[in-house]
Amino acid sequence: MLTILFDGVAYGMLLFVLACGLSVTLGLMNFINLAHGAFAMAGGYCTVILVNRLGVPFVLGVPIAFLVTALLGGLFERTLYVHVYARSHLDQVLFTIGLVFMSVAAVDYTMGSSQRFVQIPDALQGQFDVFGIGMGKYRLLIIVICGLLTIALQLILAKTRFGSRLRAAVDDQRVARGLGINVGAVFGITFAVGSGLAGLGGALGAEILGLDPTFPLRYMIYFLIVVTVGGTSSIVGPFLASILLGIGDVAGKYYVPTLGAFVIYAIMIVVLIWRPQGLFARSTAR
Amino acid sequence: MVTTSATAPLTPVLADDVAAYLKRRSRWSPLEVVFWIFAFASIWLFPDKYLILKDTAILALFALSLDLILGYAGIISLGQAAFFGIAGYFSGLVAKYGLINEPVIALVCSGVVAAALGFVTSFLVLRGSDLTRLMVTLGVSLMLGEVANRYASITGGADGLQGVDIAPVLGRWSFDLYGHNGYVYCLIVLFVCFVIARRIVYSPFGLSLRSLKGNALRAAAIGIPVKWRLVAIYTVSAGFAGIAGALLTQTTAFCSLDVFSLERSADLLLVLIIGGTGYLYGGLIGAVIYKFLQDWIATLTPQYWQFWIGLVLVVIVLVGRERVEGWIAAARGSVARLGDRLWTRIRPRSAALGGAADGD
Amino acid sequence: MPILETIGLEKRFGGILAAANVNLSVKKGARHALIGPNGAGKTTVINLLTGVLRPTAGRIMLEGRDITDAAPHERVRLGMARTFQINQLFLDLTPLESIGLVVSERLGTGADWWRVVGSKPAVTDEIVEVVERFRLTDVMHERTAILPYGKQRLLEIALAFACRPRVLLLDEPAAGVPEAERHELLATIEALPAEVTVLLIEHDMDLVFSFADRISVLVNGALFVDGAPEDVARDPRVKAVYLGEELDA
Repeated sequence: MLTILFDGVAYGMLLFVLACGLSVTLGLMNFINLAHGAFAMAGGYCTVILVNRLGVPFVLGVPIAFLVTALLGGLFERTLYVHVYARSHLDQVLFTIGLVFMSVAAVDYTMGSSQRFVQIPDALQGQFDVFGIGMGKYRLLIIVICGLLTIALQLILAKTRFGSRLRAAVDDQRVARGLGINVGAVFGITFAVGSGLAGLGGALGAEILGLDPTFPLRYMIYFLIVVTVGGTSSIVGPFLASILLGIGDVAGKYYVPTLGAFVIYAIMIVVLIWRPQGLFARSTAR
Repeated sequence: MVTTSATAPLTPVLADDVAAYLKRRSRWSPLEVVFWIFAFASIWLFPDKYLILKDTAILALFALSLDLILGYAGIISLGQAAFFGIAGYFSGLVAKYGLINEPVIALVCSGVVAAALGFVTSFLVLRGSDLTRLMVTLGVSLMLGEVANRYASITGGADGLQGVDIAPVLGRWSFDLYGHNGYVYCLIVLFVCFVIARRIVYSPFGLSLRSLKGNALRAAAIGIPVKWRLVAIYTVSAGFAGIAGALLTQTTAFCSLDVFSLERSADLLLVLIIGGTGYLYGGLIGAVIYKFLQDWIATLTPQYWQFWIGLVLVVIVLVGRERVEGWIAAARGSVARLGDRLWTRIRPRSAALGGAADGD
Repeated sequence: MPILETIGLEKRFGGILAAANVNLSVKKGARHALIGPNGAGKTTVINLLTGVLRPTAGRIMLEGRDITDAAPHERVRLGMARTFQINQLFLDLTPLESIGLVVSERLGTGADWWRVVGSKPAVTDEIVEVVERFRLTDVMHERTAILPYGKQRLLEIALAFACRPRVLLLDEPAAGVPEAERHELLATIEALPAEVTVLLIEHDMDLVFSFADRISVLVNGALFVDGAPEDVARDPRVKAVYLGEELDA
């Protein structure tokens, strides 16, 4: 039981790191980026190449994956995404689905369609046994890293100058512009960091989530669930949503394997009907 | 209530003009007639292309269903595949277990099943923002896909539904190997559905849909029950999508899980974007172009077809969908003018009538 | 019995009281004006009357029937239609199509999906009547989006009128209309049939005093004065808060 909880939390943490960038970009620019998973996949494959082919140590490979995807995200943001912000949601959906399709086919072409694994150092394999709970070392590492990242993100958003600018821009873009905040730059940086985090999540999660060219499609719905259920007004909502989703998914697959992901989709639809603004959104009266 | 008008009595000329104008809106234009003549002529013109033509007709019907909600009512959906899929499986299962043997009856029943699903889910879809709609529509189709996957004993799971045996249409025309009858069947169904959709679009109901897409606030302020109109069109659209799905199963005697896939819904958006939304022919023309492109690219790089779809989507959005649709509308306009001019030469009398109605 | 009546109508937005205990009573056939300085809550009241907003307290009665919980489109069917301060038109439709839509809807053929619009003579006759009354004949085939502003303003009223309301709410009908097109608009409003009750929400005092036979003044969300135009014009309190500045100017 507790092992399932533990696995679920690890999975949920991972989902949060993967999806938090999406939540911020959606909240900030009201932009629906279905291609977010493509950046996560980029991070995963980047680590595979670095660690498996070039023999870079795992501890180094993961941060590099973060940097590479952040750069990639920044580049895409500046060259392509900027043109689409002001468009209708339909255009945004078409555009980002197009990117997903291209990334899927491109990775298939260059890396092959089979599933890839990152070689994890021996030190991280195996389990601890604490009070009869089997805790995978690697999953524990994920929880620690993602937990630290979450705290760091929360601190950045709450304490730093950049964080306050970002929050101002999320709350009301026009007011933020009026205050002299360069919303475009704030968004560019946020997008890059968000993509980088997705890449990091992809790198760490390749082992658990499975890495193959259809990754962006398979996990698109999960990211969107995190974002829509968690709301976009803070990172606490998506965090809680991720954890719940992680536990729900792991437990669902364990206890009622016949239903599979059905449970998750059903929960999502119920939540969206019950609270269209998200489960943890601030319930502000108009 | 009797009109107590203080203004001048009704001018008969004006009344006739109004009536003529409103009727003229829905008249079949010469270009449309040519389109359908050509569509049916394709049965004899391209006897070696039946398979791709049949797929095109099914895709066109599917796209038509999306156009009804996207182009006429402004609802974004990523889950049209849910209706396509459920009817696909339904028609396959009833044929496999011999519940409904006659394909036309099975087709209608499949449409009704899909429409019922559309009616039920419409209440979920019609609340909330674009994003919520995307999520719920996508969620519904993924959920159904999951169900079909889990109940493999009935649906065949990942292997697909096998052993479907489709009886001859109306007891006379069986689905032959060359796909001739299959294509004719699909084309007739497409045409019938198109005529129904066309009636809907030019009816008061269709006009009210366009109005609430343009301005839902005002639509309610002139007494239109906005929600029920949306529910109605969503249901009809689901039925059409279902008929398309059932056609696919019936003509291939097979149904697999990918009927529910996201790719199917996304491709559909592409089809509609290529052809343009909100004028019914968008889905049809889009389907023809899409299938043609697919056929052509597939001969070059069969495996990476998806990459090129993605590229087309990205480019269309970057260039500007409005601009692309503008080009299409301009092309359409010039072709229509050309057609009208030809028509004028052939039928001077009808042109004279049209001219009188124009000169107001 | 008043044709339209509100009883203790109240609307709060968070802590702000936008309408406080409004008891408005409009007589059948009246030309009733609701005036008040900016931010007095006039638009809130019209939104409450038409069902765009839900009141936090109070009732709304139309011809003695409680319509407080009726949806906006139901109120139209019950005999009350409105225009908007900022045009709310169907820009892609022509005036003819827009009016045809309203008429079909009213005659109960709005959900008809099989017949073509305008195939019934009853519908066409009514369209013609509305088009002529609102002087839209010469532009009836144009797309609404490209009409001159004055014509759009006329269409705005025409759409509400085509609902055949017994109570017509006009929200600043003359707002923004250029001087040259103003006369046509005012003449059309003057010529509205006498049996239609009109509640006019207006800023323009000339229009109010030339048109209205009764005036209610709204200040800070509450009814301040209610009476015949002469009495309202003479009332020193009204002058103090509102008319003074306007009339002096």
